Amino acid sequence: MTDISHSGPVLAADGTPLKRSLARALRMQKLRALMLIAPLLLFILVTFILPVADMLFRSVENRIVQDTLPQTVEALADWDPASGQLPNEAVFAAMAADLQVAAEQKTHTKVAKRLNYENPGLSSVFRKSGRKVKKWDLATDGPFREKLIGIDDGWGDIELWRTIKTYSGTFTSGYFLNAVDMQLGAEGPEIRPENERIYNTMLVRTMRMSLIITFSCIVLGYPVAWILANLPARKANLLLILVLLPFWTSLLVRTSAWKILLQQQGVINDTLVWIGLVDDANRLVLINNELGTIIAMTHILLPFMILPMYSVMQTINPSYLRAAKSLGATDWTAFWRVYFPQTVPGIGAGSILVFILAVGYYITPALVGGTKGTFISNLIAYHISTSGNWGLGAALGAILLAVVLLLYWVYDKVVGIDNVKLG
Amino acid sequence: MADASNVDAFVEFERVQKSYDGENLVVKDLNLTMPKGEFLTMLGPSGSGKTTCLMMLAGFETATHGDIRLDGTSINNIPPHKRGIGMVFQNYALFPHMTIAENLSFPLEVRKMGKSEREEKVKRALDMVEMGAFGGRRPAQLSGGQQQRIALARALVFEPELVLMDEPLGALDKQLREKMQFEITHLAHRLGITVVYVTHDQTEALTMSDRVAVFDDGRIQQIAPPDQLYESPENSFVAQFIGENNTLEGTVKEINNGIALVQLDDGELIDCKPVNVSQPGERTRVSIRPERVEYNKDRLQAGVHTLKAEVLEFIYMGDIFRTRLRVAGNDEFIIKTRNAPDQVRLQPGQQIEIGWLPEDCRALDA
Repeated sequence: MTDISHSGPVLAADGTPLKRSLARALRMQKLRALMLIAPLLLFILVTFILPVADMLFRSVENRIVQDTLPQTVEALADWDPASGQLPNEAVFAAMAADLQVAAEQKTHTKVAKRLNYENPGLSSVFRKSGRKVKKWDLATDGPFREKLIGIDDGWGDIELWRTIKTYSGTFTSGYFLNAVDMQLGAEGPEIRPENERIYNTMLVRTMRMSLIITFSCIVLGYPVAWILANLPARKANLLLILVLLPFWTSLLVRTSAWKILLQQQGVINDTLVWIGLVDDANRLVLINNELGTIIAMTHILLPFMILPMYSVMQTINPSYLRAAKSLGATDWTAFWRVYFPQTVPGIGAGSILVFILAVGYYITPALVGGTKGTFISNLIAYHISTSGNWGLGAALGAILLAVVLLLYWVYDKVVGIDNVKLG
Repeated sequence: MADASNVDAFVEFERVQKSYDGENLVVKDLNLTMPKGEFLTMLGPSGSGKTTCLMMLAGFETATHGDIRLDGTSINNIPPHKRGIGMVFQNYALFPHMTIAENLSFPLEVRKMGKSEREEKVKRALDMVEMGAFGGRRPAQLSGGQQQRIALARALVFEPELVLMDEPLGALDKQLREKMQFEITHLAHRLGITVVYVTHDQTEALTMSDRVAVFDDGRIQQIAPPDQLYESPENSFVAQFIGENNTLEGTVKEINNGIALVQLDDGELIDCKPVNVSQPGERTRVSIRPERVEYNKDRLQAGVHTLKAEVLEFIYMGDIFRTRLRVAGNDEFIIKTRNAPDQVRLQPGQQIEIGWLPEDCRALDA
């Protein structure tokens, strides 16, 4: 018998510590398992994790001003915007030198575009000047202060210089401030004027409508899931196919179908007018507004609510309801006190799925949302593909991601993520 | 057997029929009367209609035809929650999202009972099943036997007069099952409640019940106290289903003075008690319990017919010996003998003669 009462690590038969011996025995298995999932890991890394990380980085990255206008940035270091005075001649000279180089490399338009996000109008100042500054002789053509202001009196605006100075760092909070309708003013972050605010409204609208859509899915999906779970297997399968049918149809086709149904000269309005419920002059506005988005997205996301609820309900033994009734509970009490609490994990899983999908939805709101029913993702798409302001798009995306994670955390605290059953 | 209809009937089934598909009857013409305080077991193979009967009594199935009465009132149209019948389910059906105390409190809450009264009753019910310390736990934290006790306590906590149990011990291991059988019967008798108990385990039925109703093919084949059921089965299904049984096939030759002379298929003659044969020439199945067969010539009554038998197998089972014989062409003829100091241990190949009292050998339907 080996003596195992001594202190210190437990030893294997050959005298090596048992832990090391075990690790060695399992190493081969672990390696093999890792090799099996390596292709997937690599795929996810390249196509998902790296792009997401890159986009998140873009939301704070701001090298362009420094890189394009290095001398100006340096010269501006001594200038105090609060003084109310324009920068001195040295700064103007540096700007002229930077512009000359930038115009040669055609990068002055890019920095102009970047600064234009923060101070609309700057773009044209830079473009106009770039062309002319190219011909100047830096050694002899001074003073540049008057010459630049001569080209465009934008150079005489103290705000222009303040913007350049504010956004000359390597990193910036500008995109994020922009994404929550704020800007970097003379005294630090400040709220934008009322007529320039949009993103907060959009974020709140996205959240509110996603909640409405999630709730509609619960209300509409719960009875369907219940019927599915209580039908005999063959009929349930048939019904399940009907539930899944939308998945086999293109999203665009389904959304376009809603356009046909909901528009003012559409099927629903025509029917209502024909029945006489709605006057021909006052046809209902069912599309190109919030209502249209909610209707179409509830329809599209409904299966994501039904399936988890169904799989949870399937596991609930009917004897629970019988037991409750035999104990004296009415049908309603038995349902509400005994059946419903057991379905909460399914509702939770479905709600998380539907809500997260809804918050990031893009095609349907774009097609049926009009201007009142679009989501923040439509704005993100606009910034990524149309306006080219990737930094702002990235910042909006990052905020959306943070909000979803926050909600997920709240859900975990309130309901408990362990209670979520997807099947 | 006491004629049940004379007693104050508490539960009554009158000409009850049940069909699920409109083509086949699951329960065919069921008539049953139970007095108050009786422990009745419905025993039968699966698909015999016993659970359907229980569900009709509980109100979860409606009778296709006939009348079910509880304490003189027809309950056909009373919904389950108004019947006031306690029920223990096969899988216990303890509500997983509630604690044990909340489970027990549930029937009292839906009866709008005050908080202090509820707490007191829950405590008493838990103490009754010796689970007083477990009120704060969840069902999943209890063992099968403990869950079973809680299910019992929950069915009893609102003091129903009738309690239904649907194979409540089916999921327990043998030892625990035997212990719970004992506890349930004791509890039922102590509280004076009427119990309808469904099982397919005949030992359970025999040990627990005041009366057993044997179901087959949608009918009650026999309803009797356990000893009568075992010793005097009225037909060959009951004889086969309850306990171990030896069967020999033959034809009735004559019936005289309550003794039937049966000619077995290999020509041998034996004396039997006619149970449901009435005239010579009828085919019959003769049933003999293994422990009633005697092979010690000194103990056989003079003048009885004996049969030749060959020992095929001797199995030592501790308290008893089990011997397999070939008798009248039947290779599965079993006899059981007590392991007593003077008992002979038969050897395979040995030729013996066996016999029995005519009243232990029952001529039943073929």
